Amino acid sequence: MKLMDVKLGQLGSWLAMRDFTPGGILGAIRRGHSRYYNKYINVRKGGLGGLSMVLAGYIILSYMWSYSHIKHERRRKYH
Amino acid sequence: MLSRLVLRAAPAALRALPPPVAVGVLHTTRTLHTTQQSLAPVPPLPEKGGEVRHGLIPEEFFQFLYPKTGVTGPYMLGTGLLLYLLSKEIYVVNHETAAAACILTVIVYAIKKFGPDVAAFADKLNEEKMATALAMKNEAVQSLQTAIEDEKKEQWRAEGRSYLFDAKRNNVAMLLEANYRERLLMVYNEVKKRLDYQVAMQTLKRQKEQDHMIQWVERNVVQSITPQQQKESIAKCILDLKALSKSAHAVV
Repeated sequence: MKLMDVKLGQLGSWLAMRDFTPGGILGAIRRGHSRYYNKYINVRKGGLGGLSMVLAGYIILSYMWSYSHIKHERRRKYH
Repeated sequence: MLSRLVLRAAPAALRALPPPVAVGVLHTTRTLHTTQQSLAPVPPLPEKGGEVRHGLIPEEFFQFLYPKTGVTGPYMLGTGLLLYLLSKEIYVVNHETAAAACILTVIVYAIKKFGPDVAAFADKLNEEKMATALAMKNEAVQSLQTAIEDEKKEQWRAEGRSYLFDAKRNNVAMLLEANYRERLLMVYNEVKKRLDYQVAMQTLKRQKEQDHMIQWVERNVVQSITPQQQKESIAKCILDLKALSKSAHAVV
């Protein structure tokens, strides 16, 4: 059952139900990719959003990964 | 519109294959192609992709927040989030921010200016691809139609084979007749030649016999004329001539 239909209290049990084997994870990645692909890219008149959302996600992810490095450029007296 | 250039041929329907049929006992007959979900004809691609607002946030997010917060909800959320990140310095403003601002300005300006042209160009490419594929299909269908018509024509032609055979039979009969008559003529000529030969032989023989007999008779007669008979015959001839001349004088 979908994540949007899970109540907050049932989150733990829902998480336990999921398939965390490598094959399951691969399947989940595949499903997610095909959902995004068929919704935004595999259409007759695709738009800018399809590609720019991926780029924005990449930007945010790389910022999060390099935050420990960027921390030192904050404007404060004691780091 | 950049994704229009990444258009692939395999549609999404191919991803969602029907569940595999359970292979049980070998004797059971498997029913094939009975599910509604068959692969052909392939459903066409959707016309437009999912809606995205400002090029970054899908429309579903706005719809999700609309019942509780109305139209300005997501924008307030965005502003609050931005201010929180800036004030807590979770997003650090440094030289990269300035660079990002300049780059984004240029990119947004370029997209706003050249976007529609690139989109039209990509659409034209797509149209050409579709047109060639459609033309190929139509051509194939057309050629098959003409093949069908030609086949029907050949079948109609094959019905007239009785006339063809009659004509051929007539030809053969005429040839046989001509050959027969030719041989008949040859036989007649050969037989005539042999009969003529026989006739010629007979006439030749008869002629030779006659000539020989005449010559023999003449020779014998000439031999038998003795001098005595010669004188008597001459005297008789003279007497006859005198008698004739007397009668002739009498007539004149």
